[in-house]
Amino acid sequence: MNVLDKKSPPGGKRSRYAAGVMEYREMGYWQPDYEPKDTDILAVFRVTPQDGVDPIEAAAAVAGESSTATWTVVWTDRLTACEKYRAKCYRVDPVPNAPGSYFAFIAYDLDLFEPGSIANLSASIIGNVFGFKPLKALRLEDMRFPVAYVKTFQGPATGIVVERERLDKFGRPLLGATVKPKLGLSGRNYGRVVYEALKGGLDFTKDDENINSQPFMHWRDRFLYCMEAVAKAEAATGETKGTYLNVTAATMEDMYERADFAKQLGSVIVMIDLVVGYTAIQSMAKWARRNDVILHLHRAGHSTYTRQKAHGVSFRVIAKWMRLAGVDHIHAGTVVGKLEGDPNNVRGYYDICREDFNPVALEHGIFFDQHWASLNKLMPVASGGIHAGQMHQLIDLLGEDCVLQFGGGTIGHPMGIAAGATANRVALEAMIFARNAGRDLRAEGQQILEDAAKHCLPLRQALETWKDVTFNYTSTDTPDFVPTATPGF
Amino acid sequence: MRVTQGCFSFLPDLTDADIRTQVQYCIDKGWAVNIEFTDDPHPRNTYWEMWSLPAFDVKDAAPIMLELDACRKVHGGRKYIRLSGFDSTHGWESVRISFLVGRPQEEPGFILTRNEGGGQAIQYTLQARPLPGASA
Repeated sequence: MNVLDKKSPPGGKRSRYAAGVMEYREMGYWQPDYEPKDTDILAVFRVTPQDGVDPIEAAAAVAGESSTATWTVVWTDRLTACEKYRAKCYRVDPVPNAPGSYFAFIAYDLDLFEPGSIANLSASIIGNVFGFKPLKALRLEDMRFPVAYVKTFQGPATGIVVERERLDKFGRPLLGATVKPKLGLSGRNYGRVVYEALKGGLDFTKDDENINSQPFMHWRDRFLYCMEAVAKAEAATGETKGTYLNVTAATMEDMYERADFAKQLGSVIVMIDLVVGYTAIQSMAKWARRNDVILHLHRAGHSTYTRQKAHGVSFRVIAKWMRLAGVDHIHAGTVVGKLEGDPNNVRGYYDICREDFNPVALEHGIFFDQHWASLNKLMPVASGGIHAGQMHQLIDLLGEDCVLQFGGGTIGHPMGIAAGATANRVALEAMIFARNAGRDLRAEGQQILEDAAKHCLPLRQALETWKDVTFNYTSTDTPDFVPTATPGF
Repeated sequence: MRVTQGCFSFLPDLTDADIRTQVQYCIDKGWAVNIEFTDDPHPRNTYWEMWSLPAFDVKDAAPIMLELDACRKVHGGRKYIRLSGFDSTHGWESVRISFLVGRPQEEPGFILTRNEGGGQAIQYTLQARPLPGASA
């Protein structure tokens, strides 16, 4: 029996299908005795009811409005197997240390959803209900997808294993940099940055989210000069190199045209922005698999709905949707960099991207067991305000199956872009070598960097330039199951 | 030029003591260590020649270091030699680490050929220059 459950109002129950308004909890959307089936899709919402609204009724309303219900009784329910199609709120818990907020656990029958469609899934789960007036705020915290549903998705087009095999790069994080300034460079000047960075030791360079086809550089110019830079850097190093050519555009036809041109020029990778929408993302994931091209996703726009704890959608849900949708790379936080990212939550995101099975880990914000049913692994990308001097922390926190993107930390190097790239690569290799040799990165990281800098002037200069740079702010979005907000690094 | 493939090409060339630490790391992870060599370091030349079969059941780095010595006696200073660790667990079943442990004395690098086919687009072809003194 749920502690929050109140007795039914006195006066006895009226008939379920009598016309008029009836509480959602009375209509079958609150079923505290329901045992979720292995085939159900599960969701947990953070519900903040308006003052005076009973939390159970609010939670039942979320179940109703995200499945079959409308505001009043409809007789046409009786033309359906309505018991099956109703979402069932089966548990409501108070949020620790947050009076007035509740976690509502809701089970949805598998048949409510079209196979293999994030658009359909999200239209149900976050469609109408987030504007529902009796709620002050609502946040989708986590979801559990049954294996039967996971198997209706392609998953990452390439995946970590095949990406590494294709690039011939194993055992260390990949290194990238976003070309800066983000806007204004001509194609010819842009390619210069790409060449210097790749020749200096990076594996990838990257277009930024808002570089598409502007007056200062139309997309074909960028692609042509970038691929000249990539080919030249490959010849200079004997390594496979890549540059994420952003194919984000106004229409799907434009995106296919740009992606086809990138492939024709020999690019191993293209990129899209999250703002293109779930359907376009799934289309590009299928294109990527069909064309042997890695697909990078920049999570442009996500903070508008992921950052605030009370309302929106947690990034862990977006990460799960994107692994299903089939992208190969996703920005998932740095912990130590300039952008929001609580270390425990970020750990949860990385696990969602890379593991075959995620057990419940409330301290990492993971509410459900999740089997990924052999879907490819998704490469997390750490980008935004990171530099070589943090290499030991980055590898300790994020592991080796990720992309570390040093934009300013490469291009802002006092001796130039190639030197910046070399500094990052030397720091990375020295740290991986030391870790494998059994050294403790947390305790000895600084010393390992300094030792590596003895044979590498660019690393010495990088450490000197950025030695005091940290972004030590407390995160907005933190797990609810740790006693206090986790301090920054 | 210096081919910078593998995990540690930006570090000073590894000593035998260095190599031993990484081999032991692979063994401790349960990975099979493989020794391979080639005279064609093209980045998409996947199948280097295997010196012997991958060492699946070795518990200590010593026998692998002996094999590496034997390989170097034949190819050292003339071809590229790499060590890799192979992980057979489900979901990986692939190489988990790879690094160079031998290089030709002189690395002649690559030829980049630009094939112009009308329009601005170029098809690039990369080819390794022949290694001096290495027969095919």
